[in-house]
Amino acid sequence: MTQTAEAIVLGAGIVGTACALELARSGLRVTIVDDGVVGGGATAAGMGHVTVMDDSEPQFALTRYSQQLWHTIRNDAATPLPGEAEWLPCGTIWVAADDDEMAEVHRKHAFYSARAVSTITLDSQQLAQAEPNLRGGLAGGLLVLEDVVIYPPVVAAWMLKQCEMLSAAFVRQRATAFCESGDHAEVTLADGSILSADCVIHATGTWTPLLLPSIPVHPRKGHLLITERYAGFLRHQLVELGYLKSAASAGGDSVAFNAQPRATGQILIGSSRQYGATDSAVEPQMLARMLRRAEEFMPEIGKLQGVRAWTGFRASTPDKLPLIGLAPGYRNVYLATGHEGLGITTATGTAKLIADHILGRTSAIPAAPYQPSRYTPANDNARDGGTA
Amino acid sequence: MNTSVRHIEADVVIVGAGPAGLAAARAATQSRSVLLLDDNPAAGGQIWRGASERALQSLTRRRETGPLASPRIQRMFGVRIFAGDAARRALRAETATGALQIRYRDLVLATGARELFLPVPGWTLPNVMGAGGLQAMVKGGLPIAGKRIVVAGSGPLLLAVADVLRSKGAKVVAIAEQAPARAVNAFAWSLLQHPAKLLQAAALRTMQWGIPYWTDAWPVACIGNQQLERVMVMRKGRRVELECDYLACGFGLVPNTELAQQMGCAMQGDFVKVNDAQLTSQPHVYCAGEVTGIGGVQKSLDEGGVAGSVLGAAPVTALAALQRSRARWRRFEASLNHAFALRPELSTLADDETIVCRCEDVTWGRIRAHSHWLEAKLHTRCGMGPCQGRICGAALGVMRGKTGWQVESIREPVFPVRAETLAALGARREENS
Repeated sequence: MTQTAEAIVLGAGIVGTACALELARSGLRVTIVDDGVVGGGATAAGMGHVTVMDDSEPQFALTRYSQQLWHTIRNDAATPLPGEAEWLPCGTIWVAADDDEMAEVHRKHAFYSARAVSTITLDSQQLAQAEPNLRGGLAGGLLVLEDVVIYPPVVAAWMLKQCEMLSAAFVRQRATAFCESGDHAEVTLADGSILSADCVIHATGTWTPLLLPSIPVHPRKGHLLITERYAGFLRHQLVELGYLKSAASAGGDSVAFNAQPRATGQILIGSSRQYGATDSAVEPQMLARMLRRAEEFMPEIGKLQGVRAWTGFRASTPDKLPLIGLAPGYRNVYLATGHEGLGITTATGTAKLIADHILGRTSAIPAAPYQPSRYTPANDNARDGGTA
Repeated sequence: MNTSVRHIEADVVIVGAGPAGLAAARAATQSRSVLLLDDNPAAGGQIWRGASERALQSLTRRRETGPLASPRIQRMFGVRIFAGDAARRALRAETATGALQIRYRDLVLATGARELFLPVPGWTLPNVMGAGGLQAMVKGGLPIAGKRIVVAGSGPLLLAVADVLRSKGAKVVAIAEQAPARAVNAFAWSLLQHPAKLLQAAALRTMQWGIPYWTDAWPVACIGNQQLERVMVMRKGRRVELECDYLACGFGLVPNTELAQQMGCAMQGDFVKVNDAQLTSQPHVYCAGEVTGIGGVQKSLDEGGVAGSVLGAAPVTALAALQRSRARWRRFEASLNHAFALRPELSTLADDETIVCRCEDVTWGRIRAHSHWLEAKLHTRCGMGPCQGRICGAALGVMRGKTGWQVESIREPVFPVRAETLAALGARREENS
């Protein structure tokens, strides 16, 4: 039996549910397909930050646009986010350890100021006042005011619920195949039934290559530790500026200090990055490296009781930008994947770009940098820097 | 920041100084040296907590020879083992002041069991306690003279608890046993074949003192303003309200299998799977006691004795005798579990407002909307607190059935530990010296 919809979204993570909601709100009949827990993949494994980033202009454009969309969602009184979404407007402080990194603080401040992002430069003393548990002697930091922390699995479930209220269907099954014929696309489910729609959107993160083997999305493993409740221990999300070096490194394992206060009073401690690791086990040595890095910035963090450690896999791409747009070689098949560590932040912007393309609307930001076509065989140089 | 790591190389390491662990230590020490570890401040486990060293000796003397205070048994208490690595034969642990890395040749996990709590409306009121928990507090000095106490739940432990409470001057209003009279009577007959002396003595004294022992009875609500004032008990189909100061409640025991699971030991149902020598699916890792099946003190002593005898290369005849005794107590275990099987009504005690996860204040109404444990956990925070789902996870296994409601995976740390401990112990050894 063939069921028809106007759009099928594969994947009920934060990106898939955001895409589905945007399409449903635009009036399309949407079906969402996922056999796992809603928001149970990388959506649940990550830190849940809504953060502007400026590694590149396209990255900034997407994160900034997406963050503004998140604030719009937050401020929409008609469909309020549930309290369990744990919206915490804590801001981010990029911590500078030395004068070199302080120069980076000034550069970022100028960059953000020129683009109307509210930031405050903190000197050593102001940083110590803002976060008393940081060690002394740090050079300073940059406070990014509009950054937020949320609890993503609940937000994904909320988005799915909004979709269902707009008559979208949720099919709790695994998609085993898809094909395109003429002006529509079909998805085969594990039970053999077939869904038909005008278009299909792959929002399956690290699983994307299962159905689209040529898509350059690679898992990048990360570890996290969450503590018991220590309200007030930490006031802002803290990220070391050295994080940029860690995140940008193409190969090898790296760690960087990243800690978040959660609405519960718990502290979430990251971060680590590994290529090539496929086993989801917690690796004591990576966990130790990550926590030692955290102790270098916050000596007292070691005294906190760690309740739970876990790992997750980010869907990374060779050029650190997500894949948003038509899948190469297809006319009705879209990709919304490869968001690496920024999937929570950029889910909202991704959803807009996908819906704009499908509906022929003009996008608020240039969509070209995220087009999957940059990875077609004719355009191989974009793969430079990639790792297999 | 500068947590010191102590490295220990040991021969036989035993985790848990309850009956199984003590029996294993005694037997193994015949030809091996033993390191006995427990996270409590003293030996005895849950059952014998607070028992004197002499009492422990007399209980283990029947089969094993050699004193418990042998120079070949080194003991360390207050050691919390949060991870093990079967391939490297290593454990990682935390103490009050530092971190331990322990290498073993052979390992015996005798990590015991904890009580099963089932959420009843009002169970979060002050003075609603676990049966074993209240017993331990009373042994630890909590004054209960003159207090009215309802003991409820299931299993022979209720008798032992009532006996202790009464001996400390409490008035035990009633023992409410959920199992039907027919099953309890059949079990009492089987006691004649399996002389569980401690249990028989407790049962006898309870009868002598005239404590009402109700079968087909279980708590359905705890009532009170600031603290517990009354317990509503369903007894043979009718609701009865009992005024009381405390409710001591326990629906049997849940095995502490987390460390064994984290180390990759195969499971059989809720328990760690072992062979005839108490060896698990992981080489050099043995399990003994309640982790392999809830069967009481004698089964634990025998299983510990078997593991210790295998490790200590005891004479074949001695080992065979222990194995025969173990077989008998395993039959006892089967009759115990049959008699005190939980009735289906117990899975519907909670109402929508009843808190199931006490760490995160998650109500039954929110949990029951979900179809399995991982989804409930991610969407409601159920099981995300410091107890790591040990309490609500076990309760939900009863309330929702096992399928889909098992804790999804056991990762280290299996207990909450200081971040500095994880930071220090995960590092390579040379980095610590």
